[in-house]
Amino acid sequence: MIEVKNISKAFEGNTVLHDVTTTFERGKTNLIIGQSGSGKTVLMKCCIGLFDVNEGEIDFDGRRFSNISDKKKKLIRQEMGVLFQGGALFDSFTVEENVMFPLNMFTNMTTEEKKERVNFVLENVNLLGTNNKFPAELSGGMVKRVAIARAISLMPKYLFADEPNSGLDPKTAERIDELLSALTNKFNMTTVINTHDMNSVLQIGEKISFIHEGKLWWEGTNKEILKTENQELNEFVFATALTRLIKH
Amino acid sequence: MEVLYQIGEYIILIFQAFRKPDKGHVFRRQLFLDFKRLGTDSIGIVAIISLFIGGIIAIQMAYNIDSPFIPKSTIGFSTRQMLVLEISPTIISLILAGKVGSRIASEIGTMRITEQIDALRVMGINPANYLILPKITAAVIYFPVLIIFSMFLGIFGGWIAGTFTGLVPSSDYIIGVREWFEPFTLTYAMIKTVVFAFIITSVSAYKGYTVKGGSVEVGQASTEAVVASSILIIFFDLILTQMLLV
Repeated sequence: MIEVKNISKAFEGNTVLHDVTTTFERGKTNLIIGQSGSGKTVLMKCCIGLFDVNEGEIDFDGRRFSNISDKKKKLIRQEMGVLFQGGALFDSFTVEENVMFPLNMFTNMTTEEKKERVNFVLENVNLLGTNNKFPAELSGGMVKRVAIARAISLMPKYLFADEPNSGLDPKTAERIDELLSALTNKFNMTTVINTHDMNSVLQIGEKISFIHEGKLWWEGTNKEILKTENQELNEFVFATALTRLIKH
Repeated sequence: MEVLYQIGEYIILIFQAFRKPDKGHVFRRQLFLDFKRLGTDSIGIVAIISLFIGGIIAIQMAYNIDSPFIPKSTIGFSTRQMLVLEISPTIISLILAGKVGSRIASEIGTMRITEQIDALRVMGINPANYLILPKITAAVIYFPVLIIFSMFLGIFGGWIAGTFTGLVPSSDYIIGVREWFEPFTLTYAMIKTVVFAFIITSVSAYKGYTVKGGSVEVGQASTEAVVASSILIIFFDLILTQMLLV
């Protein structure tokens, strides 16, 4: 479980996160939702240690992660997999080399063991056989799936995904959501997904945190979100013609 | 103020880069890749430029020496001296600043804007160490080899141009190349080359590493890397010449 306790973050005097407190539970897909500019990406970047928080604490299963040295963060980071919005695959590496990269850096596995692990995770994201392709040869959905494979190659306890289905067609986006949800259950990970896609919210939102103007505005599940009375959340949820249709 | 901030940021980045690599075999792999990318891939341009510059120097020397009291061997001697002291270490380094510097800045800059550097950080890897240290090491080791290669080709180019145009007899040119050779001039050239190799790789890596924005900013960083490296090369050329030769 990841506990976020009263965190605040400001950039050059401009406060982006105000006193946010929430928990991300193990074995569940935890979603952070909100409009663009609401502070959800900053919250995620604080959780993965790319930003230091100004106030508050972040604990990973009781272990302090915020405002500690990079050396101490390193131990927890090795239990963390992160899927970036654009995939962030290394262009000069093949799919196999990308997925193998964390194994090369942090394990003493033999080449055979590493190849076995690479094939295992690629099989889990339905990409077995693409080992020798370069990122430039892959479609957007495939890039995301390779990035997921790399993120889970060390069998992390915590998986973070920043807008995993942005820029994808609805069918591929749904597949990525299903994949993240299935992997969370299969490997019992604490998964945190940053999104503003309502399909994802309704499909896999086991726990949803709605961030509005840098504050935690609402928490609940995908079953509760359509019935909420919260005005700001309703404006977000029913912003599209499709969701308004569902409402009526 | 901005310049001071950038100098401070550059020094911090270099300190981060000069840490012990996480995995020796990963560092060695990157190092050999950078030997190829920064060194071997530059052999062609170094060869062409050195050969032609050597030829041009020899012809210009012959053109300027019109007194019968000055022996023809002076053409070979002057060509060698100019190539060893200045043309090969400095001018070829300026060429490499353009070729290698822009490559490093755009490669690291693109990695920055596509979150590849963030991906390294969240994996618990020191990106400065992983990306920059192999490049600096590769350049510091490989550039002296390129510069010695450039000196040989430049002298050879001078011989071709001088003898084939009939401006200097082959034997006179060879005598000139061999006479009054001071081994320290080679040491001086190698010291300059190592300093310039460090400047080119570290400054370009810094410019790429600190990019903010998109493709336009990566292009801008690439240009700034070449300009800053070139200015620093000329500046340190003056300082090192004053320190080592005077």
